[in-house]
Amino acid sequence: MADLSFAIEPVYLATVFLFIIALQRMSHPLTARSGIVWAGAAMLIATLVTFFTPGLTNLALIVIAIAIGGGLAYVAAKRVAMTEMPQMIALFNGMGGGAAAGISAVALLGPTTPVTASLAVVGGLIGAVSFSGSIIAFLKLQGWMPPRPVTFPGQQLLNMAVLVLTIVSGACIVLQPAWIPVSPEMWLPVFFILALAFGLLMTLPIGGADMPVVISMYNAFTGLAVALDGFSFATPNYAMIIAGIIVGAAGSLLTLHMAKAMNRSLTNVFFGAFGATEEGAVQVAGSMKAIDVDDVAVLLAYADRVVIAPGYGMAVAQAQQKVKELSDLLGSRGVSVKFAIHPVAGRMPGHMNVLLAEAGVSYDLLFDRDEVNPEFPATDVVLVIGANDVVNPAAHRQGSPLYGMPILDVEQAKHVIVLKRGQGRGFAGIENDLFYRDNTRMLYGDARETVVKLVQALKKL
Amino acid sequence: MTDITAFWIALYIAMLAAFTGYVVISRVPVILHTPLMSGSNFIHGIVLVGAMVALGLAKTPVEQVIGFIAVVLGAANVVGGYVVTERILQMFDRSGKKPGKGA
Repeated sequence: MADLSFAIEPVYLATVFLFIIALQRMSHPLTARSGIVWAGAAMLIATLVTFFTPGLTNLALIVIAIAIGGGLAYVAAKRVAMTEMPQMIALFNGMGGGAAAGISAVALLGPTTPVTASLAVVGGLIGAVSFSGSIIAFLKLQGWMPPRPVTFPGQQLLNMAVLVLTIVSGACIVLQPAWIPVSPEMWLPVFFILALAFGLLMTLPIGGADMPVVISMYNAFTGLAVALDGFSFATPNYAMIIAGIIVGAAGSLLTLHMAKAMNRSLTNVFFGAFGATEEGAVQVAGSMKAIDVDDVAVLLAYADRVVIAPGYGMAVAQAQQKVKELSDLLGSRGVSVKFAIHPVAGRMPGHMNVLLAEAGVSYDLLFDRDEVNPEFPATDVVLVIGANDVVNPAAHRQGSPLYGMPILDVEQAKHVIVLKRGQGRGFAGIENDLFYRDNTRMLYGDARETVVKLVQALKKL
Repeated sequence: MTDITAFWIALYIAMLAAFTGYVVISRVPVILHTPLMSGSNFIHGIVLVGAMVALGLAKTPVEQVIGFIAVVLGAANVVGGYVVTERILQMFDRSGKKPGKGA
């Protein structure tokens, strides 16, 4: 193979430049699509040129490893449904964190200076936490683990203790204190096991509803770990340092944005164990009143203004397409139809927009919370399809775990029709008094089937 | 990294990079939060090149095993991150209309 090692630095420079351009393009709706293509091209050339690193051996192993990891990820990412994207992001982010932890481990096994060892230890800690934490987030969102917060007495004390022990063992790797009768190599596995345990323990008490914020934070973590690992080589890998730091900074900011959109502080997310405890027995007045499809069809057909408030339940039932049909049908009868998109409808900010766009709903019909909330009093019918927490008026009541969360004020409309599979609670596990209001009617059943029946009933009118 | 000057230079670069990341993201509309998170998830996939070097320079079997796992995980980060982001952003690719109303 020709010696192309001279090309490494120029290519890395170009890579970093393209990454920045790519991120910039991805932060504007019109250019977003091209952004990922730019980043992809950058990643490809960076990977190829890395094969020319001086002294690189194990080439066959490298190619096999890339084929295994890349192949499995390709199949998984292609097959997964749009609704499951958030947990896939968590999973692949965890992989990155694991890779960073691995790089740290290899660096610490070789010759180090106190400075490089310290950086590798910190990078290893953050990477390992991101790895095990992201896996838990994935399991919770995928439903392979109950999404409820896992809590037990003394939990925060235990977490603290594990963190302290992790840091102590990390310090021992760097300092290798002679007065502790343990061979220095023993610290490394102890350190990584503790770091992985800490990531796990830290994520367990966080409920499913808060996971997007957590995933975003672990994303920033992985970026930071990658940057720290960039220092651990004989010559610093500036591509890793810059790309990692940029993701670390951008990811932290994104995390704060998301937390704000959900009205949750980070302290709350990590120490609040949201939804674990039900508020004291709040008596919900009234009862749930059911309605049948034909009555709903009549209500809709003779309404002037209809607002559809979709939630994750709609996406799970794969009802988007049918909901679009319903909205087209109503539109053709002269009914004004709008979609009210709560910032965290779906599983992440922006997730619902993606899901509706996939079904072909025009962007013109999508309105965010601030735009649509003043219109509810003048709205004839609101169709709540598979949404729960984001329309729960408990958010206006002090003392409720939801208190202060910005919601869609659908209860101000003349009629509220809630499409719901059963009488269960939302993701946050909190009773929804909207369902008991006098102007609310429950339309039970699978969201998709119900909407299909609605469309048929409307066509007959 | 051998000498301390290189360390400081890298630190300066890191500081500037942090500003870059902050500025690039600071005015992003809510509808792009998910795609952007996915996109930045892909970008830290650059960890793959580090993992390749770690495995390529590994000497002992232990280093090789860890390096191999790191490359597998790094490659999964890169490929998975790309495909997921691409699929999400495909939804935004409808010419003519300005997607969403900003936020």
